[in-house]
Amino acid sequence: MAGATARGGEGSRSFNMILFYVFLIGFVLVSIAPLIWIFKMSIVTRADLFASPAATLTAAPIAGSYETIFGDASFRRALLNSTIIAGVTTVICLFFGSLAAYSIARLRFSFKSSVMTLILAISFFPGVAIIAPLFLQFSAFGIIDTYVSVIIANTVFALPLTVWLLVAFFKELPKDLEEAAKIDGATTIQAFQKVIVPLAAPGVFTCAILTFIHAWNEFLFANTFLFTPATQPVTVVIPNFATTYTTDYGAQAAAAVVVTVPLVILVLIFQRRIVSGLTAGAVKG
Amino acid sequence: MATATQPQKKKRGGIIGEFKNPERRTAYLMVLPTLLIILTIAFFPILYAVVLSMTSSTVTGIGSFAGVSNYVAMFQNPAFIEGLYNTVVFTVISVFFEFIIGLAIALAINRAFRGRGLVRAAVLVPWAFPTVISAVMWRLMFQDQVGVINYVANALGVISQPILSDRTLLLISAIGVDVWKTTPFMALLLLAGLQTIPGEVYEAAKVDGASVVQRFFSITMPLLKPALLVALLFRTLESYRVFDLFWAMSNRELESLSTFVYTGVRISQLQFAQGNAASVFIFLTAFLLALVFIKGFGMQTSTED
Repeated sequence: MAGATARGGEGSRSFNMILFYVFLIGFVLVSIAPLIWIFKMSIVTRADLFASPAATLTAAPIAGSYETIFGDASFRRALLNSTIIAGVTTVICLFFGSLAAYSIARLRFSFKSSVMTLILAISFFPGVAIIAPLFLQFSAFGIIDTYVSVIIANTVFALPLTVWLLVAFFKELPKDLEEAAKIDGATTIQAFQKVIVPLAAPGVFTCAILTFIHAWNEFLFANTFLFTPATQPVTVVIPNFATTYTTDYGAQAAAAVVVTVPLVILVLIFQRRIVSGLTAGAVKG
Repeated sequence: MATATQPQKKKRGGIIGEFKNPERRTAYLMVLPTLLIILTIAFFPILYAVVLSMTSSTVTGIGSFAGVSNYVAMFQNPAFIEGLYNTVVFTVISVFFEFIIGLAIALAINRAFRGRGLVRAAVLVPWAFPTVISAVMWRLMFQDQVGVINYVANALGVISQPILSDRTLLLISAIGVDVWKTTPFMALLLLAGLQTIPGEVYEAAKVDGASVVQRFFSITMPLLKPALLVALLFRTLESYRVFDLFWAMSNRELESLSTFVYTGVRISQLQFAQGNAASVFIFLTAFLLALVFIKGFGMQTSTED
């Protein structure tokens, strides 16, 4: 990592360091400022909110906005819906994804690059191009406006991500262990279950987090296939709060904070893993 | 797929041999579910969309054959033209700024320094937000009653009307929000690419007397090219299908190609066939874009080590 930067004399070096940290601080502030501002909006009194946008707090912070949105049954329902949709999508993707990834990373077969290209092509595939045909088919099967419709659509777009990440993780695992298992008489499937899966647990876990975030953040399919509050996730419900809570900007801000804070915490705890997961594909090209 | 095999000598007699080998059979069985899911849920529907776009279809199903009349009607529809214009402007400008700023950040943080973890965490915060929620957040800040940005812009005399009531300002704001949200991600991808360039290459160039600028253009850029192309293609295609951001930022006022398709499916019955034509249009143009990157710029798609 060294060597990429120019090194001047002592004086210009410390000046460069100051400039560097000023740049960094600016960058970090710009990244997190909106979240902090919205958090502030969610805890101030109505008078403070409207007084003057840049006003500092004149009254003690209040939790009124949070009481409003958690008192709203449709918001609580939306949180539950999001959790179910993202959770089930993650489980399905991990199951099929790990099978496919193991096969690609470890086993020998002829059409491997065609298979990988096909899977990869999905990441370039515009989801919006298929919402009309899927809408017709889901209606025909009677699964429109159910979790199933969105889970199916989410799975096909999250699966390539899962496969891609897991291939990278599986390739890093030492090969000798499974070979030892096979010599001891284990089948390919047993070697996968007993040796690879436990060893790959950290990688699989990272993958689960990324898939979950992907499904939790999904909007287009949910907005197209789900019409009723009984099935809509938070991403669909919250933008509509602009009409439900017309001028209750505090409640809108509180809702935004509630759905992003868990993600932010997740990201802060697992940032190292997430970064290595996200960049695993890009580096290899 | 059988025709794709090379005419050179094959190991163990082609397809049949492939399936006789137990390891290979297991391998195929393991990838099969994923392939089936992808083929039935992504590739079959796109063919169906082509059929729907060529008939006078409605939200209840296929209609009588209509040739290319839906495409003609689509190109004459001002909503589609507006969507196309907004999408192209949005994609070109936002990806350009994300790339320039992202590269600057990646170059700056490509070294060991105190607080590296903090920076990495801060980078991930905007990325982790759902796009619609970040749009809602920014909308609150652009808002004319309580929005801090609207207030400041107004105080400075930059704007003459509320930001959210003007479509051009909305488009500019949407580009700003997108740059805020995805530049860090771009920086991460480029940083990962930079870290694969060995430091010795720079040392050697320095010994040979290459200047900073020379080193950047003759070492960094060529060696970064694979990571750079992947990042650019991903971001271009993602911006090209923009939907969430426009939807939540503008309260459905800003039209994009994707919102045009959505209108056909969920809002306007009359526009269903045109919506399918737009779906096919998006698919083909996205495919062409990917092709330009892969063939034109020589992007590597190989996933083998």
